[in-house]
Amino acid sequence: MALGLSVIFGVVRVVNFAHGEMMTVAMYLTLVLFGALKLDPLVLLVPIAAVLFVFGYLLQVGLINPFINRPEHSQFMLLVAVALILVNLQLIVFGPDAQGIRTTYSFDSFQLGPLIVDAAKVYAAGAALVVAAALFAFFRFTLLGKAIRACADNYEGARVVGLNVKHLYALTFGLGAACVGAAGAMLMAVIDVTPTIGPAYTLLAFVIVITGGLGSMPGALLGGLLIGVTEALGGVLFTPSAKSMFAFALLVLVLLFRPQGILGRKAA
Amino acid sequence: MITRLLEGVPRRGLAMLATLLVLLLLFPLFASGYLLAIGFLILYFAYVGQAWNIMMGFAGQLSLGHSLYVGLGAYAAAALYVHFGLSPWVGLAASITVCALAGTVIGFLAFRFGVAGVYFAILTIAFAEFARIGFDHFTWVRGSSGLFLPVANYTENDLWNLRGSPRMFYYLMLGLTVGAFVLCHVLLRSRMGYYWLAIRESPEAAQALGVNIFRYKMYAVVLSAAMTSLAGVVFAFYYNNLFPEQIFHISRSIELILGPIIGGIGTLIGPLVGALLLTGLAEGMGELLLALGVDVPGVKQVFYGICLLAVVMFLPDGVWPPLARALGLERKDKD
Amino acid sequence: MKRRQFTQAAAGLAAATTLAPFGIARAQSRTLKVGVLLPRSGVQAGIGQDCHRGVQVATGILKDLGLPGLEIMNGDTESNVDVARSRAERLISEGAQLLVGAFDSGQSTAIAQVAEQRGVPFVINIAAAPPITEQGYKFVFRNFPTAPMILGDAFANQLEVFSMSGAAPNTAVFMHVNDTFGVAMQKGFTGVMSKFTMPYKVVDTIAYDPAARDLSVEVAKAKATGAQALILVSRLNDAILLTRELVKQRWSPMAVLSMGPGWYEDQYLKTLGKLGDGPISFVPWYDPNKKLAKQLEAAHRKAFPDINLNTNHIYTFEALLIAADAFKRAGSTDPKALADAIRATDIKDNVSTGPGIKFDAKGQNDKLKNSAIQNRGGKLVVVAPKAASNAKPELPIKPYDKR
Repeated sequence: MALGLSVIFGVVRVVNFAHGEMMTVAMYLTLVLFGALKLDPLVLLVPIAAVLFVFGYLLQVGLINPFINRPEHSQFMLLVAVALILVNLQLIVFGPDAQGIRTTYSFDSFQLGPLIVDAAKVYAAGAALVVAAALFAFFRFTLLGKAIRACADNYEGARVVGLNVKHLYALTFGLGAACVGAAGAMLMAVIDVTPTIGPAYTLLAFVIVITGGLGSMPGALLGGLLIGVTEALGGVLFTPSAKSMFAFALLVLVLLFRPQGILGRKAA
Repeated sequence: MITRLLEGVPRRGLAMLATLLVLLLLFPLFASGYLLAIGFLILYFAYVGQAWNIMMGFAGQLSLGHSLYVGLGAYAAAALYVHFGLSPWVGLAASITVCALAGTVIGFLAFRFGVAGVYFAILTIAFAEFARIGFDHFTWVRGSSGLFLPVANYTENDLWNLRGSPRMFYYLMLGLTVGAFVLCHVLLRSRMGYYWLAIRESPEAAQALGVNIFRYKMYAVVLSAAMTSLAGVVFAFYYNNLFPEQIFHISRSIELILGPIIGGIGTLIGPLVGALLLTGLAEGMGELLLALGVDVPGVKQVFYGICLLAVVMFLPDGVWPPLARALGLERKDKD
Repeated sequence: MKRRQFTQAAAGLAAATTLAPFGIARAQSRTLKVGVLLPRSGVQAGIGQDCHRGVQVATGILKDLGLPGLEIMNGDTESNVDVARSRAERLISEGAQLLVGAFDSGQSTAIAQVAEQRGVPFVINIAAAPPITEQGYKFVFRNFPTAPMILGDAFANQLEVFSMSGAAPNTAVFMHVNDTFGVAMQKGFTGVMSKFTMPYKVVDTIAYDPAARDLSVEVAKAKATGAQALILVSRLNDAILLTRELVKQRWSPMAVLSMGPGWYEDQYLKTLGKLGDGPISFVPWYDPNKKLAKQLEAAHRKAFPDINLNTNHIYTFEALLIAADAFKRAGSTDPKALADAIRATDIKDNVSTGPGIKFDAKGQNDKLKNSAIQNRGGKLVVVAPKAASNAKPELPIKPYDKR
């Protein structure tokens, strides 16, 4: 999920404040499809990512493209409005109660010596790694991927060379949205969804992405790992209710001393 | 001095402002309790929006964690009142100090380390969240169970202790809003105002001319924080209870910047116009839906969001500039 | 001359405007306009909408009881204190003669102030923060236990449960959500517990963030204490999360004792199925043996067949019951008369557990008793206090991996 944000911000330079809300849309979609088709959410991942891709693409073309060169606060307002609409539409359609899906492995756990590991999370993590690898390969090895990276590095240069930047931006947003979609599907295997969980995830995604490095994919993964460990340690060593504070403290430190993130490149 | 302040302001504009002021002063006399509550909210958001505008519109820093200052200001004055019985007029000295300090820290960290743009915004969010969780555990102010101010009667207006009728709070807020408006106008006309303009338009050129960018950006940030703290003080005494979960929440930060963005960043009357428009829109939508018999929760917010979207897309500079043009208030000497 | 006349007229106008609400309300009318304020959107939407179900069932039953009609005016507080306040003002401006609401302590306080200023009675259905009825309000009434009351009854009921089921834990770990309710409960915990001789010792207290997405660390910490029982104050989402962690981390305490919402709610039972059986919740509830309770249960089952009758429905219903009853005795819609009538309320034939509805000088019903309910077979049974129960408690609960 943070990967998606990293991709979007790294390339299109738009801060997607509706990121978390897009994920809840994906989660609700998973819920509906699971109910209708009874397929495992990790399998549903693919079609849902596809749907979100289209959604992201359309969103970019329709609403965001005109905003590329507008100041940050305008972009921010735009996405805040989108987020507001999405959250309340979900409230109207799905109601406020938490809804979840149960798979055969919802409650399984593996025992590795003294460690007990949650099975559902392991599967979801595996799926996440697969998606991340696929994305990485795409950017590294395909022509399209390289084109997108070119746009990120040098907007003017890309246009000079003849790349259709608008289209590529839309594609990138779509890709980022697809990541979000995949994340949503994976998350459904682990938690329940209500219309209002979006914003917390948007924030989390930002914390992870910035810590790890915007525009760097391994960075997003590293960031996720780091934040997770920090929160867990903080929870164990101090009072658990304050564990998010440690994540934020880490964020502040990163912003101050290494704003490009741990694995990011210095911004052009 | 008055003439110097008023030069360049079109006469029509002055007349309109004066009329508006009179209307605002007379409002409570013929407003119902409901409209008075709405009026208070509009002024509150106009004031806070104006304070935020200083950081954003004048110094160009997008702060998405302004609820931090509201909360700090509120808790400082409220805690002193609850624990020591100190009047909020005394307590607000503490509020301003605490917020100015917070602003200084954030500004210093940001500018010294070159955190700008989006990163700055996220930094402000991080600080607000930090405060939210921190205050949840801060037992001196009762943490997450909430700080309750002892409530007194409403017939007498105790201005010293800020206990009184909604009307008193309305006028208090009106005073603050007018004060902020005048202050901003004065600042914009002053040397600092021009330095801010230079920094906003072209930081490199300004620096080349010898303007100390760091110092003036800091002024903006600290001033904005200090002004916002006053809103927090009023909030605390108006609502008589404070919960960290609510007052430091990011939704509050977003709420208070909607006004100036919609109204027009960097403009003087933008925050007021924005606050008026947004609160009016929200309540109007509610009324409309009620009249149509729709009782589905969430519908109002969807329409509200769509309106926001429309304004942001089609009126990129906010509502005020086109409105000003329509009212014939375009300044002749504008650059 | 002219100016003085004008000022006098203005003053008169101002005076008239402020006094107007009382004047208008003096008129007689056959139905009482009741403004119901609930968080039906925003973060608390789930609970607000659940409370609303209590409203929907109420009007029919009240009519059957021969009580005068209530005209319900719905207001959505949007889980926001600014909106709560302006909605309250709006409803009063539209003629509401009595207010009911609002679940959240912060929003209820804001509404209470409006109610007190305008002299309109406000009956709180649910809000547990003690300060609300300590402010000296004359128009605010709360028919819901405060956190200390919930605690006291919880311990008393626990002793009953232990003796009836023949099993009691020696050690317990206390987990609570770090929000208004959770902290209020935690603060009073040791103090109230010392008034009872409980068989267990609390070995650790673990607080967690209400917005937590993952509670594996907290549960691991709790499991590490080796305590026999798990005592909790949580919300619905955390309850589900915690149970999942209990299963995954393979820890089955002999008793799961909850002193708050979540562990008995429909969503919990539905999501967890047979893994949801066993926990005992010590909460404000209804007395299944009371006549009106049976009536409410039946009406509720007819209107909402998939939803169990719970605290939200019961207390919202009772708030409206109080309103209708007071209206009948006051015989007028004058707010002051209504407030006095509410103060004199004495309803023995009610729904919630305890001797009935009666308010003390502060406007609090301090006679309310709380019950203990246990999840059994996907349904809820009331196990304590004995006089208001319909089943015997079963402890220790079946280990999760044996289900």
